Amino acid sequence: MLLKNHGIFERHSLILTLGIVLVVSIGGLIEIAPMFKIESTIEEVDGVRPYTPLELVGRNVYVREGCYTCHSQMIRSLRDEVERYGHYSLAAESMYDHPFQWGSKRTGPDLARVGGKYSDAWQVDHLADPRSVVPESVMPPYEFLKHKVVSADHIGDHLMANVRVGVPYTQGAIDSAAADLMAQADPMADSSGLQSRYGGKVNARDFDGDAAKVTEMDALVAYLQVLGTMVDFTTYKPETADNLR
Amino acid sequence: MSKREIDDHSGVETTGHEWDGIKELNHPLPKWWLYILYGSIIWSFGYWVAYPAWPTLNSYTHGILKNSDRARVTTEVAALKSARAPMFAKMQATPIEQVKSNEELFQFAQEAGKSTFNDNCATCHGAGGQGNKGFPSLVDDVWIWDGTYEGIRQTINFGIRSGHDQARISAMPAFGRDGMLDAGQAGDVTEYVMSLSKMADANAGKAARGAAVYAANCVVCHGATGAGDAAQGAPNLTDAEWLYGGSRADIAAQIHNGRGGVMPAWSAKLDAETVTALTVYVHSLGGGK
Repeated sequence: MLLKNHGIFERHSLILTLGIVLVVSIGGLIEIAPMFKIESTIEEVDGVRPYTPLELVGRNVYVREGCYTCHSQMIRSLRDEVERYGHYSLAAESMYDHPFQWGSKRTGPDLARVGGKYSDAWQVDHLADPRSVVPESVMPPYEFLKHKVVSADHIGDHLMANVRVGVPYTQGAIDSAAADLMAQADPMADSSGLQSRYGGKVNARDFDGDAAKVTEMDALVAYLQVLGTMVDFTTYKPETADNLR
Repeated sequence: MSKREIDDHSGVETTGHEWDGIKELNHPLPKWWLYILYGSIIWSFGYWVAYPAWPTLNSYTHGILKNSDRARVTTEVAALKSARAPMFAKMQATPIEQVKSNEELFQFAQEAGKSTFNDNCATCHGAGGQGNKGFPSLVDDVWIWDGTYEGIRQTINFGIRSGHDQARISAMPAFGRDGMLDAGQAGDVTEYVMSLSKMADANAGKAARGAAVYAANCVVCHGATGAGDAAQGAPNLTDAEWLYGGSRADIAAQIHNGRGGVMPAWSAKLDAETVTALTVYVHSLGGGK
């Protein structure tokens, strides 16, 4: 009927407008409505915490340098991936990522569980000159990160921005963001405050082998070293109906 | 104004629409294209029924096939594990020193060890285990730490300076950076270390002075002859193998900074059987003790 009588829409602007509203709202509903239920897709796990300020800065470097264009952070639920990289990625593992870094291309390997897999020294050597440790690598060198000193000026605001999109930083974490940022990369600093806010497992050390200053290399390595290490898989129940999907 | 007719000029039927004398020719979509579209729409209904599709208030429709990627991968990994289980069990039951003499077991351990090595270890130790500056070569018979089967297994499980309770730990002091040796002493002992491995360009005069510095500072770990001590991860200084490079500048830099590498602990990432296979593989690479 509509096929034959589409002239009705074409001659009456009000009917056309109503038609457009109807079609757009169906599309909108299908795309938007599930977003209100997204909480239900996140598994209940122990251990996932918001990134520390230093890790957050490292994550920004990761995004800025476009690491996601060649590295994914998503171990798919496929046998060979689980064999190579470890447990498949959970939604809970990227719930504090804004935006997530799942990526869609692997020129390099997946990085979802790279945390703790290699030493800091290797990460620094590899970032500075990838072919010095992996001769067949096609990754560009990021030597300059060693020389770019991290500024803590706006880190509190940065945490605040994350709070706005749902990351549960406490007021205390925001107030001491600058101090936490510096403390995590300084082996001599008192990291008790950092640990009380981000848990005892938090990596606090000089990451880039240059204790004199906090560089973007420190930040990026701190970020890489925490990837995929947060979930406590001893308490995670993969076989429950909610977690099988 | 809705009157279909055959256009005189092109001989094609019009749609019957006309605006100010302008008519529209009717070129309908090819039938095959249209049927594929309709077919896809009908197919999607089947898909909705068979697979997880629609959100509900508290969950979603699971579909009559009850498809779950996570359940499937769990089954597949379990199947893989059970397929390997008999050989792994046999390998675990055999004393590790004897795996090599059992051809079937050895071949299995080599394959399992090699793929594990390539996924996890080659990144630092090199694709064939040839090593890199700061990351020891595994293809020679020089061992900084214990190179026996059990020694290698311990290193893989708990790492070196990894932070694990049972990690191998030692630290060379930063003799130069921390001011334990002055520049002259550091220079002298550099020449002495070079003379230990019989480098032709070692300065004999400086080396002779360096011997005393060596005796006072280095002997405890590297030994009187410079042969090193695997129990504390002190490398042999008399051979031609250098972890951080063997040039005069490299040796001086190491005495100045006293670097020590970190190897992560793998016991939490790899299961015990895989570590055994990896141990056998690494042991076979160059010459385990």
